Amino acid sequence: MGSSSSSRNKIPNAQELMDQTGFSSAHLLRLYDRFECLDRDNKGYLSPDDFEAVGGLAMNPIGGRIIDAFFSSGQDTVDFSSFVWILAHFRPTDRNRNKEGTQQELPDSRTRKLKFAFQLYDLDRDGKISREELLQVLRAMLGLQVTEEQLQSIAERAIQEVDLDKDDAISFDEFKKSLEKVDIDTKMSIGFLK
Amino acid sequence: MATSWLLKLFLCVFLMACGGLSLPSEEAETQNTQRDTGTGSSSNATGDGGHGAVAIAALRIVTWKWHHITAPYLVALWILVAWLCKLIIESNHHVTNVIPESVLLICFGFMLGGMIWGADKVQTFTLTPTVFFYFLLPQVILDAGYHMPNKLFFTNLGAILVYAVIGTCWNAASLGLSLWGCHMGGLMGDLDIGLLQYLLFGSLMAAVDPVAVIAVFEQVQVNGVLFIIVFGESLLNDGVTVVLFNVFDGFVSLGGSQIDAAEIVKGIVSFFVVAFGGSLVGIAFGLLISLLTRFTKNIQIIEPGFIFVMGYLSYLTAEMLSLSAILSTVFCGVLCQKYVRANMHEHSVQTVKYAMKVFANGSETIIFVFLGISAIDKVIWVWNTGFILLTVFFVFVYRFIGVFFLTWILNRYRLVPLEFIDQVIMSYGGLRGAVAYGLAVMLDENKIKEKNLMVCTTLIVVYCTVIWQGITMKPLVTWLKVKRAEVNELTLLEKMTNKMFNHTLVAIEDISGQIGHNYLRSKWKYFEEKWMSRILMKPSARKKQDEVFNVFHQLNLKDAMEYVAEAERRGSLEFIRKESVVINFRKKFESEYSEDMPDMRANMSNGHRATSTTRERIPSVSVEMHKHTMKAMTEAEAVNAHHLLDQHLYKSRNQHRHGFSRSDFIINKDEKEVQEIFKRTMKNRMDSFQSAKMGVSPKTVIKHTKNEHQRKMPKGKSISQTKLCYSCDEDFEFSEGDSTSGYDLPYPSFPMRDSRPGGGIENSAFVSDLNPTDSLQTPDWLAEGELDSSMVAPSLRGQASPPSSPIEMRRLGLLRISTRSTDTKQMNNDQLPLPPTPPPPPPPSGHM
Repeated sequence: MGSSSSSRNKIPNAQELMDQTGFSSAHLLRLYDRFECLDRDNKGYLSPDDFEAVGGLAMNPIGGRIIDAFFSSGQDTVDFSSFVWILAHFRPTDRNRNKEGTQQELPDSRTRKLKFAFQLYDLDRDGKISREELLQVLRAMLGLQVTEEQLQSIAERAIQEVDLDKDDAISFDEFKKSLEKVDIDTKMSIGFLK
Repeated sequence: MATSWLLKLFLCVFLMACGGLSLPSEEAETQNTQRDTGTGSSSNATGDGGHGAVAIAALRIVTWKWHHITAPYLVALWILVAWLCKLIIESNHHVTNVIPESVLLICFGFMLGGMIWGADKVQTFTLTPTVFFYFLLPQVILDAGYHMPNKLFFTNLGAILVYAVIGTCWNAASLGLSLWGCHMGGLMGDLDIGLLQYLLFGSLMAAVDPVAVIAVFEQVQVNGVLFIIVFGESLLNDGVTVVLFNVFDGFVSLGGSQIDAAEIVKGIVSFFVVAFGGSLVGIAFGLLISLLTRFTKNIQIIEPGFIFVMGYLSYLTAEMLSLSAILSTVFCGVLCQKYVRANMHEHSVQTVKYAMKVFANGSETIIFVFLGISAIDKVIWVWNTGFILLTVFFVFVYRFIGVFFLTWILNRYRLVPLEFIDQVIMSYGGLRGAVAYGLAVMLDENKIKEKNLMVCTTLIVVYCTVIWQGITMKPLVTWLKVKRAEVNELTLLEKMTNKMFNHTLVAIEDISGQIGHNYLRSKWKYFEEKWMSRILMKPSARKKQDEVFNVFHQLNLKDAMEYVAEAERRGSLEFIRKESVVINFRKKFESEYSEDMPDMRANMSNGHRATSTTRERIPSVSVEMHKHTMKAMTEAEAVNAHHLLDQHLYKSRNQHRHGFSRSDFIINKDEKEVQEIFKRTMKNRMDSFQSAKMGVSPKTVIKHTKNEHQRKMPKGKSISQTKLCYSCDEDFEFSEGDSTSGYDLPYPSFPMRDSRPGGGIENSAFVSDLNPTDSLQTPDWLAEGELDSSMVAPSLRGQASPPSSPIEMRRLGLLRISTRSTDTKQMNNDQLPLPPTPPPPPPPSGHM
């Protein structure tokens, strides 16, 4: 890696990205190295295969969903700025910055974090978590100890708890409301991306 | 000690009036024997009984043997007195809202001490280090470890360790050096204290006291992170305190000239040995406990005892090896809690939980009372204004400096920085307590001339921190608007999402290619599941370990209990068995109150909370619904009459079952017997069902067996046996439930309650569920048998809406997992546009 200014030049739109995501240039550099490391064929973008090559993800019960979250619908590539944009969701919420009243919403805001989590549930991206979608997540995370009927009743109950408009599905607003008390800042943040 | 505790409960009322005043005079007689032993040891009581020396002139029927029982009697009496103090204090919450309990207990101690002093002119009873460290402290620590919120603790372990190790060292060093400096400056007059002795004094004053912290912070209810940092620090700094104290004690013995670099290095090494050695001993004992509880299935009665004995042993073992006993016990508790809870029977888990609290709370009370009593002693009061005031001042100031400095460093690495307000509370929570006092009393008078001054100063610091800071803590917390602990309402989605967050974070760390906190945690979890759980946990228990599922189970249990409590108030639980009844009622109810549901939910849970203050907020839709459905049934008296009648009819049988047994308190444990009875019942019911067409119902048989196997009903909440057919009667599953998750013990009224207006109704449910199509016809014969029961009417109406689709049926089947969730499910369905096709219910009045 060369001097910081020269390697920063190879990152496309570095300044813009920093403004949008709140990452510092050191972060960006680190992420760019990682990006290049993941991009095995030096394509300049990442494909789902590149993600699947990451060791830990194969063991992760929702690894597939998280990979999906990197790809906007219909596309099977992700470039560096989208990569950074997604990762920016996991920055600890920057208090000072928000206080300044910046106009655009940073990806590390509470709502964005929630939205990200919501989309992990919402496979068909129709803005609602249906019972079936909930069941799939449960199935992935709970494993084999729980029978299918129990899973169903858990999903059933989970929906019941938060379903305010009685449409048998969880909308984003309901989702947000039900997690009101959860400290999203802590739970959806990673220390080293600070 | 524990053996006589029960006895006192009976003595309690008796002694209430005279206890406080008459005790000192009694105690005065025995001051000589008690002088050395304090309250805890009974070793010398038997020696001076002296009955052998007295020649017996004639046989005496009644003899006065006070000397035989002096020591244990006094122990018991003191425990009683201390607890009575607590009883008096807690009887009025207006006072404890302002002044913490610990402070009041100390004040009671002052009064009791004054009485003893007045009677004896010498302080007969003081808190001796032996009693404190070996008999009072262990259970408090074990309780703290066993009930430690593990996740919170380990997430903040880094910060806790920093405060516990560096913070305590800082406190000790700064206090010792500053006092020495002031001494040199001539602020204290003529004192015979050297630098090392100041440092020794500083080290015993340095540690924040777990007992005091628990007592004060439990009442203040600050948020979890803040609490765990202060509390964790107070527990873990013991290792440091012990080392510092021992090292400086050794140095004082050696004398200043003998100390060289090697000794200092040894001191530092001993810190690591003491701290890690203590933790290792604790971990070893924790593993042992976990392993043991795997095999205690056949001695369930004494199962809980293992936790206490092993926990105590871990304390004593560490003490024996001169390691940190507190650390040992804390880690023992922290490690074993998960496995113990999974391995042991649910009753045992409850027993451990409550017994632990009894011991811990009990000895905490005693500690505070004796801290007060110890003060009333002319011997220790040596006044030196400069020394005492400066100590108080330095303790307070250096705590603030230490906390702020360390937090400033920590905040650079913390994900969520500790805010200024948190730091103030943390500093303010640096309470000194009985540990410091115990250590001070242990000082050797020969080596330290001013021991009494130090004891006296320690006591004053303890009173200052506990009393003054204890009282002002609550207003301060309110004034600074510190984030309080929020009542945690379990919801499934929350738990699920939390779990998902964890997975997500691990995945993101993987993708961004760095090893972080989450990565380590997931590795540990993997290891734990793969190895630790396999070795330490019963295979059957391992299956139930999932968090989301646990929450689900807990929610259901809670609902079920609410449900029972609520419904019992109104009458029997008849309708619970036939969900269709409830649904129908709810529909009717809904039509009466045509508000929208969320509103109603809010109203009702509010109302409910008003009646039960201690409970958490209950997701009580269905319970409340049932309450109202029950209201809708107007002839409650008739139900009650039946209820009573049935209860009396079956009572003899129950009593027989309840007969005393030392080892077996589970009613009708014999699974096979239940199975047999159940099978017979089913057969009878099948018969009755068939004969029902002819209008003959073998009623008595049904009732009889009903009662028999309903005893198992409360146990039916278990989830393990849920694969039964969906459409059959509730009884089926309930009686099949395995006995491991029984809930009959905490609710002894269960077996008595199981009487119901009559056997006929279930038959109808049975029939209707089996053949949903002809449910309309069957009730008629039933009503014959059940002439004046008002319950018939609802049940008939209930049958009007049998499960109308396979899915519906399945949901009914799920009732055995969750009464409430099924209900709400049903309720929801009813609200949905798709109407179940309700055949017109037969008019209830026709059967009356």
